[in-house]
Formats: sequence, structure tokens, C-alpha cells
Amino acid sequence: MKFLIPLAFLAMALPALADRMPLPANTPASFKAECGSCHLAYPPALLAAKDWKSTMAGLSDHFGSDAAVDAKSGQEIAAFLERNAGNAAKLGNAGSPPRITLSARFVRKHDEVPAKFWRDPRIKSAANCEACHRDATKGGFSERDIIIPELRH
Amino acid sequence: MKTIATLSLLLISMAAQAETPQQIRQIYVTEAAIQQAGFTAAAKRGEAFYHQRFGINDKMPVCTSCHTDDPLKSGQHAVTGKAIKPLAVAANGERFSDPAKVEKWFGRNCKEVIGRACTPAEKADFVAYMSEVR
Ligand code: HEC
Ligand code: HEC
Repeated sequence: MKFLIPLAFLAMALPALADRMPLPANTPASFKAECGSCHLAYPPALLAAKDWKSTMAGLSDHFGSDAAVDAKSGQEIAAFLERNAGNAAKLGNAGSPPRITLSARFVRKHDEVPAKFWRDPRIKSAANCEACHRDATKGGFSERDIIIPELRH
Repeated sequence: MKTIATLSLLLISMAAQAETPQQIRQIYVTEAAIQQAGFTAAAKRGEAFYHQRFGINDKMPVCTSCHTDDPLKSGQHAVTGKAIKPLAVAANGERFSDPAKVEKWFGRNCKEVIGRACTPAEKADFVAYMSEVR
């Protein structure tokens, strides 16, 4: 029994690490189905609650795509994203419409990536996390799991 | 009252059930036949439609912009870069098995690539092509 307590603390501390952001166990299936089809189902901690709110309010014109969902899924996804959103002060301004890739925190974490990689046809977009982070779908963003060898230093 | 309840239960269970590409094609054929008596789906027309350049969206002027020239192969989203599993049933048995999903993606992608909704006839031909291409 005693060893369970430190274990529980460890489990609580893990999601706080910047390179491990798995989707919470209670992630609704609608989030993965609706928000993981055109791109990665992004970890909710990468945007602030107010940014998720405005993303969810503008789905019918979503970066040139129609990402609208039915009302029930919409409410479920919005509640999930806002509940698990990141700290607005740490993330910094993400622009309008909000982009994870424009947030100050993302820019800082990626300041060593040379500009040519963002334009590389294999990558296409900074929002294509999986092009560089092999384990992005599982929430793995550690340096070890970077696909492109030149970017592992 | 009782028959309505049984009927709606039946409808719900039908909607929840996985359908075959043939059944989904038939839904669109039936719809198309209302406007065009005697309509039948043609994979050849579906193939031509798949390769037609609409050009209203410069990032994705044609279906093949994301799905590649060969629907048996995996594609890649032209903007986000995300991998897309093959559309052809022969390469991906999960395709065209959920009518609501098929309708949702026709809705999105027709609007994005063609700039309007697709007609039932176009959808029937498209499903025919994707079911038959080898
Ligand atoms: C029909 C396709 C589609 C669907 C469905 C979709 N998106 Fe997007 N999303 C896009 C596109 C296209 C972009 C722009 C990507 C780019 O510029 O590289 C985008 C970008 C984003 C971004 C900004 C990424 C960045 O640059 O930091 C967020 C956040 C986002 N989507 C959230 C969502 C959420 C939440 C859902 C589910 C409710 C969703 N998306 C569903 C197509 C989609
Ligand atoms: C062009 C390749 C590339 C793309 C695309 C990319 N990243 Fe990264 N990312 C990197 C590199 C390189 C690092 C730095 C790894 C290191 O040194 O720890 C990094 C670091 C990170 C870190 C910090 C990990 C830590 O140890 O603190 C996070 C979180 C992260 N990326 C998330 C994302 C997300 C989310 C996306 C998509 C919206 C994304 N990345 C897209 C290359 C990329």
C-alpha cells in the first residue's frame, strides 16, 4: 500500500513534463474522431481555455475548412478542451484565430528549428506535429523521438 | 403509437449498423433517380470526376490534391500534411460503411474543392468508382 502513494504522486507529476502530453484517459471519442481527422488531435494543454472557446465557436470556417460538428459533440468537445486547457500566462498570445504554432511557448520550444524545415514539402506546416514528432499521437514530444536526424542534437 | 416506437427503434438500429458500399451507393442512386428517372451509377464517370480540376481552391484544386492520382494509395492533406488512408474499398475495407460519415465528408470536401454541394448523381458515381477500382 505504501508504495502506491509515491507512485500516485509520480503519475500526477508526469503530465507536467513538457515532452509528455498524452490525451487524458477520459478524452471523449468525439474529440479524436472530429478533431483528429485532418490533423493531429492536438493536446488540449497547448492552448488556453479562451482560445479553445473561440476555435470551437468558429468551426464552420476553420482555416478554410468546414470542421463543423453536431451540437452534442460540439458541447462535449468544448467542455473537454476548456477543462484540460493550458495556462494562458505560460502559453502567451496565440493570435486570432488561435494557433498553437503561434503561441509564444511553441515558438520558444522551436526556436532551434531552422526556417527551411518549416517549408520542407515533407512537413508542409508547423501544425503537422507528426512530421517531426514520431510519437505525437501518443503525446510524445521528446527530443529522442524526433524523426529528422538533423533536428536531434 | 407502439408501431411508431418499433419503427423508430428499427431506424435507429439501421443507422447504427455498418452498411456496405453497395447500400450507400443505392441511397444516392435512389436520390438521383428522383431528379433523373432511370439513373444508374457509373464508376467511369466517378473516375473522371475524381480527376476533374475544379480550381476554385489553389491548395486543393482537385480530389487528387489530397488523395493522390491512385485512390488505392495513401494520401496526404494538402495543407496540414496529415496522412490519409486510401479511399478505395479494395485497399481500405473501412471506407463507405457509415452513411453519416460519408455524407459529412462529401459535404465538407465538395464545398472546399468544388465550391458547392455535390449532386446525388455525382456521389453515386463516386461511390461506384471507389468500390470498384482495383
Ligand atoms: C476538415 C478538416 C479539419 C477538421 C475536421 C478540423 N480541423 Fe483543425 N485545422 C484544419 C486546417 C486545414 C488547419 C490549418 C493547418 C495549417 O495551417 O497548417 C487547422 C488548424 C487547427 C488549429 C491550429 C493549428 C496551429 O497552426 O497551431 C487548431 C488548434 C485546430 N485546427 C483545432 C481543431 C479542433 C479542436 C477540431 C475539432 C473540433 C479541428 N481542428 C477539426 C482542418 C481541420
Ligand atoms: C519541423 C519539425 C517540427 C514540427 C513540425 C513540430 N516540432 Fe515540436 N519540436 C521539434 C524540435 C526539433 C524540438 C526540440 C526538441 C528538443 O530539443 O527537445 C521540438 C520540441 C517540442 C516540444 C518541447 C518538448 C520538450 O522537451 O520540452 C513540444 C511540446 C513540441 N515540440 C510540440 C509540438 C507540437 C504540438 C507540434 C505541432 C503543432 C510540433 N511540435 C511540431 C520539431 C518540430
